[in-house]
Amino acid sequence: MNLLAADLGAVVDWSRAQFALTAIYHWLFVPLTLGLGFIIAFMETRYVRTGDEFWKRTTKFWMRLFGINFAIGVATGLILEFEFGTNWSNYSYFVGDIFGAPLAIEGIMAFFMESTFIAVMFFGWDKVSKKFHLAATWLTAIGANLSALWILVANAWMQYPAGMRFNPETARNEMVNFWDVLFSPVAMNKFFHTVTSAFVLAAVFVIGVSAWYLLRKREERLARKSIKIASIFGLIGAVCVIWTGDGSAVQVAKYQPMKLATMENLQEGQTHAPLSLVPGVEIPSMLSVLAYHDTEAYVVGINDLIEGNPEQGILSADEKIKRGQHAIETLAAFKAAQKTGDTAAADSIAQLFDPATEAGKTFHNDYFRYFGYGYLQSAQETLPPFIPLIYWSFRVMVGLGIWFVVLFIWMLILEKRNTLGQKRLPLHLALWSIPLVYIASQAGWVVAEVGRQPWTIQDLLPTVAAVSRLESASVQVTFWIFAALFTTLLIAEIGIMVKQIRRGPSDK
Amino acid sequence: MLRKIALFYYEGFRSMTVGRTLWAIILIKLAIMFLILKIFFFPATLRGMDDREKADFVTHELIQRKTHE
Repeated sequence: MNLLAADLGAVVDWSRAQFALTAIYHWLFVPLTLGLGFIIAFMETRYVRTGDEFWKRTTKFWMRLFGINFAIGVATGLILEFEFGTNWSNYSYFVGDIFGAPLAIEGIMAFFMESTFIAVMFFGWDKVSKKFHLAATWLTAIGANLSALWILVANAWMQYPAGMRFNPETARNEMVNFWDVLFSPVAMNKFFHTVTSAFVLAAVFVIGVSAWYLLRKREERLARKSIKIASIFGLIGAVCVIWTGDGSAVQVAKYQPMKLATMENLQEGQTHAPLSLVPGVEIPSMLSVLAYHDTEAYVVGINDLIEGNPEQGILSADEKIKRGQHAIETLAAFKAAQKTGDTAAADSIAQLFDPATEAGKTFHNDYFRYFGYGYLQSAQETLPPFIPLIYWSFRVMVGLGIWFVVLFIWMLILEKRNTLGQKRLPLHLALWSIPLVYIASQAGWVVAEVGRQPWTIQDLLPTVAAVSRLESASVQVTFWIFAALFTTLLIAEIGIMVKQIRRGPSDK
Repeated sequence: MLRKIALFYYEGFRSMTVGRTLWAIILIKLAIMFLILKIFFFPATLRGMDDREKADFVTHELIQRKTHE
């Protein structure tokens, strides 16, 4: 079956939409689990240290909400992995060894570490010693975050492919250095940025729910103590988010300049590049500082990347497309030589794909690094879609992030002055910050993922080459089934969560 | 020892309240995803192929997709 160009475009769009839908749904639950695990562990530590039953009751209450999130997050994560094989089979095969390794470690770790200790955490009260139970709680929190590490390493590799070589024989990228994959600067930064943003989300959630209790004049001690712990935890998380956010800006400028240009809607590259707060309001030179820590640094614009800028050593998109096409044609020549039994020609071409050889180094730098561009039909296709969405998502994320820092400090001041619960405005704002923190968290992923389009693997494989040979009608139908299913389940899950919050901590 | 562990899990699951509802939701969801959608809507493109066939198939795809065919 040959896919017509129009249908291929539809398959790509619907598959992207379906994956985005699943990822958004998945990410509604995961960050709360990542952050709340540690908050619970702190609370239980207080219980073990003081022996105060209040802390046990408080821990158990938040643990129940943690359990709801954990269970749902695990299931939706499986669906994402499932879609790699169905909608993105070319991609999955192309990267199998590299993408598969972190995901396999994640699977094993999630299964053995989390499943074991989470069982002790939920079933082990009064059945194992206090210290053993506490250890299980900490290990569950650490295990959940370590699981996230492997997923984020895999995601970072897509943004910055490192530690591999392409084998034309198998048409796969093969890992040559596991540590380069694990400790790539993008992977480490992405991991810490993502998990600490999850800490902020969990902190805002705990503060918001506690604020609701204070507004209802219920569970005042639990609410105040929870707000104090969450505010400190959230503030520490927010500082880490700002620090790693700075690292992200540097890396995006270096490895994904189109993403940075679209985040800022920077049409023309410039030195002393300003940071756009909103359209028409700018901070002079700030973008140069954020991207390169230098006020005079040149920040690449969209037009530089489309039309090229020889002064800055930037190739035009058309030139990259030509080079990419040459790389694909070289792969085709290799396969043709193999097919006709011309081993001399096949061996000679295979050398080009080996960066350890001199010819391979040159071929890699001049052609193979643009392999994915060969699938694009025009320079415009190198642009991510929905640039305003990327621009505004970034501002929503940062703007709300600043608000959460203010909220944490405000809550700590009120707690210190012993006036928490007396003023309703901050409590209402804290409560309404719960949906806002989810919006901020999703906005961050929109910037990261929509901003890197059209690539599944930066510069190597665009979505048009990564997608499976499916019929668009199948993907469309499943998209709407998924949307209906996820919405129904989300309503059910929120219902369970709200019911448990209304019920409050149980003394049973 | 094994009996104690099994009993630990058995009693834990038996005493679940909210967890039972959650497990029901998860199992229904997974059943829909894996048993209905997978079987009826997604062809297993690479399943059943050996490594050589997979390599040939994906290489062909990578070369053909250059022209968006």
